[in-house]
Amino acid sequence: MPSNLGELVFRFLLGGVIVTAFAVLAEIFRPKSFAGLFGAAPSIALATLGITIAHRGKAYAALEARSMVLGALAFFCYATAASWLLMRYRPHALTVTVALLPLWLGASFGFLWLAAR
Amino acid sequence: MRIQARFAAIRGIQPHEYLARFVFGGLCCVAAGLIAQHFGPAVGGLFLAFPAIFPAGASLVEAHERKHKARAGFDGRNRGRAVASVDAAGASIGCIGLAGFALVCRLCLLRLNTGTVFVLATAAWLLLAVLFWLLRKSRLLRKRRTGPVPSAVKPAGPGAARF
Repeated sequence: MPSNLGELVFRFLLGGVIVTAFAVLAEIFRPKSFAGLFGAAPSIALATLGITIAHRGKAYAALEARSMVLGALAFFCYATAASWLLMRYRPHALTVTVALLPLWLGASFGFLWLAAR
Repeated sequence: MRIQARFAAIRGIQPHEYLARFVFGGLCCVAAGLIAQHFGPAVGGLFLAFPAIFPAGASLVEAHERKHKARAGFDGRNRGRAVASVDAAGASIGCIGLAGFALVCRLCLLRLNTGTVFVLATAAWLLLAVLFWLLRKSRLLRKRRTGPVPSAVKPAGPGAARF
């Protein structure tokens, strides 16, 4: 368990640093639509895949990457819906982006189910 | 439209905003690892594309724009939400790059060394994201006006062209 705990702490620190770095890049760039590209940066993947390869091997990480393609497509649906709702009805950004997270989850598992058929 | 880098914008980020992103990003990575451990790589892989930074980012974009307008004496709520919408549209284009990143990892991980794969995949993400952003901004995908120009906006005389 201690090695597992150490791995989790390492994941947390590495993930935090990479996500913060991409967030800073998003603040630096203009126009805002370009800065938005960094909202879909591969921050979690960069922080996680290296550790996964070290502990479980490349074949396991390649399987994760295959599912990540589907997760990215679901993210596309989620971000498009969020953009449309924010422009059309002007609700609070945090409300919309959090309320739509089940859409990402549903689309992800839907795509995974379709891919597994 | 020109892409600009304003490094002075870093000074505008409050310490608690850095902390929120660091903690949320770290927790998302831990959760992705635990989910993969319990449910396997197929389900765990989905969470590598979890919109980790997006809700906090969109909310902060809205707050910054609202404060910016408030300093100028305006109620910037609508403006803040419109800018958050533009930011989200940018993220949706970034998702195409994210899918490219995953595809490069999927195809190259078993053939090349890990460092090379990460460099190639990150380059693919950036290239695809910027390419599709430029395509979106170009005239190619914009609606063209095909109808006659309304008389009210027609140039009135010799000096009117500069307006």
